Amino acid sequence: MENRNPFEDIPGTTLFDAQRSRQGYHLNMFCMSLMKAENRTAFKADEAGYLQRFPMTAQQRDAVLQRDWNGLLALGANIYFLAKLFSTDGLSFQHVAALMTGSTQAEYAQMMRSGGRPIDGNRSKSEWNREALPPARSAAACSGSLRPAGKLGEALDKHRG
Amino acid sequence: MARIVAGVATSHVPAIGAAIDLGKTGEEYWQPLFRGYEPAKQWIAQAKPDVIILVYNDHASAFSLELIPTFALGCAAQFAPADEGWGPRPVPVVQGHPELAWHIAQAVILDEFDLTIVNNMAVDHGLTVPLSLMFGQPRQWPCPVIPLAVNVVQYPPPTGNRCYNLGKAIRRAVESFDQDLKVVVFGTGGMSHQLQGPRAGLINRQFDTRFLDNLTADPQQLARIPHLEYVREAGSEGIELVMWLVMRGALDEKVREVYRFYHVPASNTAVGHIILENE
Repeated sequence: MENRNPFEDIPGTTLFDAQRSRQGYHLNMFCMSLMKAENRTAFKADEAGYLQRFPMTAQQRDAVLQRDWNGLLALGANIYFLAKLFSTDGLSFQHVAALMTGSTQAEYAQMMRSGGRPIDGNRSKSEWNREALPPARSAAACSGSLRPAGKLGEALDKHRG
Repeated sequence: MARIVAGVATSHVPAIGAAIDLGKTGEEYWQPLFRGYEPAKQWIAQAKPDVIILVYNDHASAFSLELIPTFALGCAAQFAPADEGWGPRPVPVVQGHPELAWHIAQAVILDEFDLTIVNNMAVDHGLTVPLSLMFGQPRQWPCPVIPLAVNVVQYPPPTGNRCYNLGKAIRRAVESFDQDLKVVVFGTGGMSHQLQGPRAGLINRQFDTRFLDNLTADPQQLARIPHLEYVREAGSEGIELVMWLVMRGALDEKVREVYRFYHVPASNTAVGHIILENE
């Protein structure tokens, strides 16, 4: 089926548009609540109980409990709001970015040091497919170990779902 | 008469702030980045602006989803560093310039740019990291700062062209202010980066280089870049570059590039920095 929204053709990317903002309002406001120390403490003490304070869907609550980062994006979370959640977990932007790409921390850090994920091969979904891995590194850095295909495939499926 | 003498653009990566605050600037990972800002520090020490207008975006710190102003101008006397979830950065409270800020708000609203006026706003790394990069770690920031927060979190941000034209309106407003002030405008954020999803880590050096080149060569062309192109070519968070165009619009048509620095990576991001002077 043809994509009517041209942004949907950009692979591995979720646009925080009006629809996602409406869908994710309470999920994001839950994340925002973690800006306060007392809320962080309450959340850590009883995550599932704390989530009941916010009128989110069961699927959104599950995704929070599982820390399913790509799933959360698909359910309307915005990355800057998710930052409140992963900061509560003591994780950095780079740590969570690596998890979202299905890479190990070392692989992701090495990719960034080698100039980042190249644009060529990463402009359109037509350049990605289930068999091929998204071009993750510059040619110079390709001699390392293979990235975990299964985990990445899973991440992609979730993202597409 | 107040006048805008120069523009500064720089990325505002939070990890840079953390590196400064935690004393890591001498580490092998960070050294090349901070070395790249040394000439900029010298430049601004000589330029000695009386006021900085700093264009940045809030990252769900002062504004949540309850209120999403497209352009919000800080008119308060001071702005406290925001607690972004791990305590506020240990940097000085930002002193505003209410007189000029209110003058700009009134002038640009009557010039048909309907800004939101803000009297109480914490400022996050988007504003404080550029100050740290340019001024280091002083006890007080050397001059007042007028924050201009642009929404780039909720799609759609304002267009590049709107930002460029707002810059022009701000210039007209500054030039109608009846005090002899030297103003420097900062445009912050970018350059190419994507923080989310399986494509996270995207960097597009070619796009960034062309963007830096066209700030002097063809800013009108930059003002025509559509959102789709930013997101596809520069990453979902690379769209922050529209904020650089407010700075560019506030300068003369012809400007001189006095300094440029580009470095990959700072965490997930391509760091770009440029200083432009009116001729």
